[in-house]
Amino acid sequence: MQLLFNTQQLVNNIQHWLTGICELYHLPPVLIVTMVAIAVALALIGGFISVNAMMVVLAERKIAGYMQDRLGPTRVGPFGILQTAADAVKLLLKENIVPKIADKWVFFLAPVVVMAPAVMAYVVLPWSPGLIVCDLNLGVIYLMAVGSIGVIGIIMAGWSSGNKYSLLGGIRSSAQIVSYELAMSLSVIGVLMLAGSLKMSDIIIAQQDCWYIIKQPLAFILFIIAATAECNRAPFDLPEAESELIAGFHTEYGGIKFAMFFLAEYANMFVASAVCATLFLGGWNGIPGLPMILPPIVWFLLKTYLIVFLFIWFRWTYPRIRVDQLMGFGWKVLLPLAFLNIGLTGLVMVLI
Amino acid sequence: MNIDAICALLLSNMTFFALAAIGIICGVLVVTVRNLVHAVLFLAVFLLSVAGLFITLEAEFLAIIQVFIFVGAIVVLFMFLIMLTYKVSDMAVPQGNRLKGAAIVVSGVLFCLIFYIMKAMKWNETAPVVTITDDVARIGKLLLGQYVLPFELVSFVLLAALIGAIVIARKGE
Repeated sequence: MQLLFNTQQLVNNIQHWLTGICELYHLPPVLIVTMVAIAVALALIGGFISVNAMMVVLAERKIAGYMQDRLGPTRVGPFGILQTAADAVKLLLKENIVPKIADKWVFFLAPVVVMAPAVMAYVVLPWSPGLIVCDLNLGVIYLMAVGSIGVIGIIMAGWSSGNKYSLLGGIRSSAQIVSYELAMSLSVIGVLMLAGSLKMSDIIIAQQDCWYIIKQPLAFILFIIAATAECNRAPFDLPEAESELIAGFHTEYGGIKFAMFFLAEYANMFVASAVCATLFLGGWNGIPGLPMILPPIVWFLLKTYLIVFLFIWFRWTYPRIRVDQLMGFGWKVLLPLAFLNIGLTGLVMVLI
Repeated sequence: MNIDAICALLLSNMTFFALAAIGIICGVLVVTVRNLVHAVLFLAVFLLSVAGLFITLEAEFLAIIQVFIFVGAIVVLFMFLIMLTYKVSDMAVPQGNRLKGAAIVVSGVLFCLIFYIMKAMKWNETAPVVTITDDVARIGKLLLGQYVLPFELVSFVLLAALIGAIVIARKGE
């Protein structure tokens, strides 16, 4: 129990134990420890992504149900809690269909290109002190860079399907992500200026006394809007807009490939929420001024799922915006406000 | 030299050659494949392999910026433009054009120039080990301190290019 609070100690203990074993059998300690760390991190992240997606999908359907005054899934398992597990099995067992005019290789690789960056982003997520795969000096920029690769997969999917609706979805996605990435990166700069570091752990430590949501409320709002757009979630789900484009870029995908897109969407949503919790809600810190009753990892997950809930809430509250409104909103509202936020933060920092 | 150092050296060499091979193959494919979308995708892989090479040189900032700007923005814009251009995206257009002769001359001269510079340079066989912990802060200080004039000049040129692009795009209206 004590180790759950002091995860740095836990990690050190495991590392020490592994090094001991390596020395006993005359193996290269650094190499083995690194490889074991990579393998364990991959297994944990892979498991987490799938379980998280299943739980969030179920939560989303249940919440949507209650918001629309109905029950949501109730048939599979008690209160329908096994519904998404059944859906996952169904998707895995489906036949793999590739359209005749599809570009086979690009069509095959697109879900992988969408999924890989989503997994890569988990490298810098700070779960708890010491419990971070690699605390890069450039943590925040790394996240932005990795997040910008995923869109290539979406465009690949849209183009290679050989279907006009898919192509439209791909084009919309590229326009949307390029515009909103700018607003998202710029909204973070205010926080980085206050923290004076790009390292995730430093940013969290800087928030021990006061969360940045209080000092940077505008940046928080801008970030959460841009993150919704980056994750292709309603009201910004234009790339898949089911009432206009059938299913957008993944119209031609079925079975396990469709499951990959689905998984990537929920993995990305978790990453966006976790980044939001880290940058604005103090990450693994408890509420300032109160004693730490819960372990840091519980605080982190609590805050992250609060933001996930916010995303779900948005989806079932707002109607989808139009393409021209989308571009106008991104370039004419979000971007100037992000610049204003940077200017104001700089001014206040100089004056105080 | 202990076993860890040997393994690390072996691994870094293997990584370098693998990344270099991927980079060269993809670089050649970019200019030889017929399908423009495939060319852009190979370009993305090429840029990623260069980013990987930067990481093996411990220039993480450069690597991440490479991915951010080139893969995340420029390749996406290329794809966007190719898909919007009528029928270019689904046809196998020829890669070469009538400027072949001029292209060979220009790239030949460029190659000789780079080769000459590289030959004249004295390579340190034993590189001094410098561990820079906070290279982002140093880059920032250099850009906005010592090199502020060239930095501002570059941003001015970029602004001019932006305005030029808008003017050209609006001409048709």
